[in-house]
Amino acid sequence: MNVMQVIEICKATLLTPDVDLDVDIKGGFSGDLMSDVLASVQAESVLITGLCNPQVVRTALIGNVRMIIFARGKKPGEDIINLAIDENLPVAYSPLGLYEISGRLTQAGLPSYEMEMNLFPKD
Amino acid sequence: MSNQATLSDNDAGKITRVEELGYELKISQVMTTNVVTFSPDMSMLEALDLIQKNRISGAPVTLNGEVVGIISTEDLIRALRDGRIDRKVSDYMSRGLITAKATDKVVEALKVFQKKNVGRLPILDENNKLVGLLTKGDITNGLLTALQRDYQAEELIRYRASHLFEDIESDRTSLILRYRIIKDDFLHGGAASNHIKKALHRLGASRQVARKCGIAVYEAEMNLIIHTTNGGFLRVEVEPHKITMEAYDDGPGIDDVEKALTPGYSTATEEVRNKGFGAGMGLVNIRSCVDEMTIKSSKESGTNLYMIMYLDKSQ
Repeated sequence: MNVMQVIEICKATLLTPDVDLDVDIKGGFSGDLMSDVLASVQAESVLITGLCNPQVVRTALIGNVRMIIFARGKKPGEDIINLAIDENLPVAYSPLGLYEISGRLTQAGLPSYEMEMNLFPKD
Repeated sequence: MSNQATLSDNDAGKITRVEELGYELKISQVMTTNVVTFSPDMSMLEALDLIQKNRISGAPVTLNGEVVGIISTEDLIRALRDGRIDRKVSDYMSRGLITAKATDKVVEALKVFQKKNVGRLPILDENNKLVGLLTKGDITNGLLTALQRDYQAEELIRYRASHLFEDIESDRTSLILRYRIIKDDFLHGGAASNHIKKALHRLGASRQVARKCGIAVYEAEMNLIIHTTNGGFLRVEVEPHKITMEAYDDGPGIDDVEKALTPGYSTATEEVRNKGFGAGMGLVNIRSCVDEMTIKSSKESGTNLYMIMYLDKSQ
């Protein structure tokens, strides 16, 4: 799935029109806690989050995430958008919630790129 | 072309770099410029001599700089078979001329070669004067040269950095990167880690290794921002066989290291959690990303976190 398809499916608005949009999004991940993202996100995915600060972009870059959707209508500020533009990372925001966006993308055939976590294997 | 459809995004994604270059390169960039030419009044025998001497398989016939025909080895064979090798070039040359402009893109010439059964195209300038000759071989060479140039430009930065260690002789060579991390500086949180990740990639680490080290130092960096009294430092030592990452601060120390290593356990404040941190996964993430992790912590001297990633030779 490409960036513009993801944006259309989740009724999102693209905030970085000048970055390279010709990237293949292979899966999705939703979460608000950045350590959870880093713990289980797989590379080449879209990150859907309700958190709205520059760490989201930096977390995405560390995790080789290919696109960010800010959910629940949270429009990121200039600082966040400029950071994303500098790093050539597509960023959009959507009025929909995490559950709704995840459901829509899953129905459209985008698989989950969240790794299963077995943190207490003895239990 | 009459029914040339617009490329869809889908098709555009499938275009190779070679095809792209066909649209970027001009014919003038790949054609042969020192063109051997014949004059119409020359004998076919003289043409044969020129062809042999210059090791070519054909050439344009020009009159006052304008192309009037083309002679190929096939035309020479016809003349020889007829026993009329002493006849004029103008008697045997092909006249139904197909040419191309020097300013056209290479892809236009490729279309001509595909459609018409010709081996070479005389290339003309805007005044229809001959400026070069183009064969399929010229195009192949031109594309290969351009690809090589692309590749070299891309590799140069990486090469310079990744061969740093091979270029320097010592008993033990290492490169040390240091970053000062300021307490509560959420605005720049993660910036140092992204610099480290990029540096490792430039130094030749694989994407996988750069990503894992990036995650580990990111968590360590955020810990310095969130949990320390006065901030701290990140220190990354890169050696050919391993990457050693350290995060250290001068307090207040971790109360119970064992507990801090429990997934989901966090001492972060509500305010920090609202910023998206304090999932209680920091040290857990670090441990899963690196080969070795050691924590030394005390109230007196603060916390030292060591993270080591070993590199095998293939990386």
